[in-house]
Parts: sequence; structure tokens; C-alpha cells
Amino acid sequence: MSGEFLILFFIVAVVLVGGAIIFSNYVAPTSENPQKHDPYECGIPTKGLTWLQFNVGYYLFAIIFLVFDVETVFVFPWSVVMKDLGMSAFIEIVIFFFVLVLGLLYAWKKKALIWE
Amino acid sequence: MPFTFSFYDFTGFTQWIDVTLRGACSPFWAVLWEMVIVGVLFLAFYAVVGLYLVYAERKVCAFIQNRVGPNRVGPYGFFQTIADLIKLLMKEIISIREADKLLFNLAPFIVIITSFLALAAIPFAKGLHPIDLNIGVFYVMAISSMGVVGILLAGWSSNSKYSLLGAMRSGAQIISYELSVGMSLIAICVLAGSMQLSTIVEGQRDLWFIFKGHFPAVTAFIIYMIAATAETNRGPFDLAEAESELAAGFHTEYSGIKFAFFFLAEYMNMFIVASLAATIFWGGWMPLHIPGLESFNHVMDFIPPVIWYVGKTVVIILIMMWFKWTFPRLRIDQLLNLEWKFLLPISLVNILIMAFIVLMGWQIGL
Repeated sequence: MSGEFLILFFIVAVVLVGGAIIFSNYVAPTSENPQKHDPYECGIPTKGLTWLQFNVGYYLFAIIFLVFDVETVFVFPWSVVMKDLGMSAFIEIVIFFFVLVLGLLYAWKKKALIWE
Repeated sequence: MPFTFSFYDFTGFTQWIDVTLRGACSPFWAVLWEMVIVGVLFLAFYAVVGLYLVYAERKVCAFIQNRVGPNRVGPYGFFQTIADLIKLLMKEIISIREADKLLFNLAPFIVIITSFLALAAIPFAKGLHPIDLNIGVFYVMAISSMGVVGILLAGWSSNSKYSLLGAMRSGAQIISYELSVGMSLIAICVLAGSMQLSTIVEGQRDLWFIFKGHFPAVTAFIIYMIAATAETNRGPFDLAEAESELAAGFHTEYSGIKFAFFFLAEYMNMFIVASLAATIFWGGWMPLHIPGLESFNHVMDFIPPVIWYVGKTVVIILIMMWFKWTFPRLRIDQLLNLEWKFLLPISLVNILIMAFIVLMGWQIGL
């Protein structure tokens, strides 16, 4: 039953947003002027491109995040069966975390965790 | 099947609806009607909760700043947010020249869909639980992390520098704090031995997990509260829309009802993380039980589960609003330091301590 409900909730959300936007398009007044469709800037035309390459700090955070996020995916199933597997599961997760923390320490030492 | 309705167990009521519909029409139409009922109910629930959280926030903010807050529309300004919604519906939707049209229009859909799907997995009361997956915790985590895609799309496609900066900050912040949210939830999954939300609630029949798990559970709760506040882009972590420097962050270029959807999604995400905290740490709809105090437990059982659930969620939401209006905003480097150098190592160690406690059978009440 839950699979059907997933689709249902998806459809309801799409209908909510789409319906409101279409309704708003019908009832809202419109007006025109040359500056209206400019992107926001403090009263002057924007300078240069917006779609440029963003700074490297962000990129490093994304990579470290990826490592830890994949790690989370591994740890979730472990958390469910931990009680049944007992001590061996515990020792394994200690080793797993040890390797991860080494990675984090390396990134820390390399100053990857500084946003500039 | 006779009509049964009880505030303590909704299973009978939902089954009664199911049986009656199946008796009245063919299975296909019965399922369709059930879906229509559930869909309409959730749509109404979503809208009402979203609107009244905005109202509550304005009133709480006013209370903290010693003001009156909205008080013109209806008694105590009770219809203020409904009036705001109607006003936003009547506003023109401005399209931006040189914006990426497709992605610009897609972004509000993504943020609303993710919050709606996450809401579907929350157990409201016994028998009132639309999607009860055996990976419930993981599902909510996965779906709510999709929300950041909407925010990044919104910021990037607007072709405005304020939007881009806001979205990038927001993205870095959300993905960082998501790790801590996940880790603190894992600590409780270890204690519960399950990821299914209904099983987790049932596991708290004798005592809530925050009390059962000694100090690792309390640590996990504190980490969860900090990380969840940051993940929903709320103050003191609201750098993404730091209005004094970035106009409005990622939704600077959105107007009218599209802006309203970002606003609504933000408040619904707050509701979802608060519900999840109530479910995972404070027992969801389970009344407060203390092992050994039979008469006390019996009195607590008289309060319906829905009241327990709503009460806990409201308390957590009020705590989050209190955070927002009392702490000053952090700087982006302080924010990322807090996550990567403090919360993440602490939560890793916390999982190990929790695992050790569970392994030794030291948790209270099992």
C-alpha cells in the first residue's frame, strides 16, 4: 500500500504547486516596464556574468561531504543489526570509524575545512 | 463491520472506512476514493500547519521582542497569514530576463514535493501513519536531503548574484549539517534496533529513548536539535537569507505565489524535523511512562496519543523559534567549523558509546 501512497503524495504536491501557479496567473494583474525583468541589484545594472565558476572551498566541502554521506549509508544498516551481531560488529565499526576519522584529520590538517 | 472511533487507536476507524468503501463499490474505485480522501486531508493539513506556523512564529517573535505582533485581521490577528496568502496569490509572478526558465520554474516544485513526501512518513497516532516503511528514518533523511537540490536550482537559475551566493552558502550548510542529523539518528537506531518509525515508537512504550539511552541519547538529541535547526536554514544559522547582506538569499528573484512556496516549505521542513525529533527521542504519540509507577502510567494513558504527538512537536517548534529570536547569526566559517570540527567528531564518538551501551545491555528499562 505504501508504494501507492508515495505516488499519491507526489501527485498531490505537484497539483498543489501547479494549481496555485496557474490560478495566480489568471487572477494576478500584469504591467510592463523595461526594468522589471532585470535581476535584483541596488538600482544599477548588474555587472558581468553570474554563471561563473564558484570558489574552490565549496568544492572541497562537497567532496568531504560525499565521503561521509556514503559512510552514513553504510552505518544505517549496521545500526539495525548491531544488537544481533554483537561484539564483532562493534569492533568492525570502530575500525571503520578510525579510518574515516583519519581522513577527516588529513583534510583538517590540509586546511580543507576553512571557508574563504 | 460496525462503526468504531476512538482517540486512542485509529486502526479501527481507518479499517471501517476501508471496509465500507470496498462494500459500496469495486476495489479499484474503493482504492481511488481512499486516495482522494487521504490526498485532500493531507493537502488541508499541510496548508493549515504551514500558515499557522508562520502566524505562530510572528507571535512568538513579537512576544520575545516585547511587541504585540499581528493583531488586525480577525481576533488576535488570527487570519493574518490567510490574508497574506490571498495577497500573494493576487501578485504578479515576475519572470527574470536571462534566467534559466525551466530550472527557475522547477525549483518550487522540488522543495514542496520533498517536504510533502517527508511529511507522509511521520506517525501521527496509532493507525494514523500513511507510509510506514521499514526504512522510515532513512527515507525521511533521504527525501529531506533532496530539498537542497531545489534550493541550489533556485539560486543558480535566477541569474542574480545574491541568489547564487545565498544558494551556495545554503548548500554548503545543509549538506554539512545533514551528516550530524544522520549520525544522531543512527545513535537512536542502534538503541532501537530498527529504522521503522512505528517500531521505534512501540519501543518507547516503557520509557522514551532520550531517557533510556543514558547520556549518549541526550547528546544525540542536543546534536540533532542544533543540526536540524541549521538544516532547515533557520536562525541563528539563517545565513542563506541573511537579509542584511544578501537581500533574501536564494529566493531573491521569486515573487508572488512562487515565493510563498519557498516560505511554506521552510516552515513545513521545520515541522517535519520537529516531528521527527518528537518521534525518535520523545516517543512520538507514546504517553510518558515510567517503569514501576503503574498508577502514573495509567493516568498518562488517558491523554490521547494525538495530543501527546502534537504537544511534543509544538514544544520542539517553540524551542526552535526561541533559538531564532535570541541568538545572533553566525558567520559562514564559524558555522562550518562548528559542524566539521565539533559536531561531527562528537557524533561519531557518540555512536560508538551508544553501541557499547547497547552491547553491554546497560540501557534503562529493556
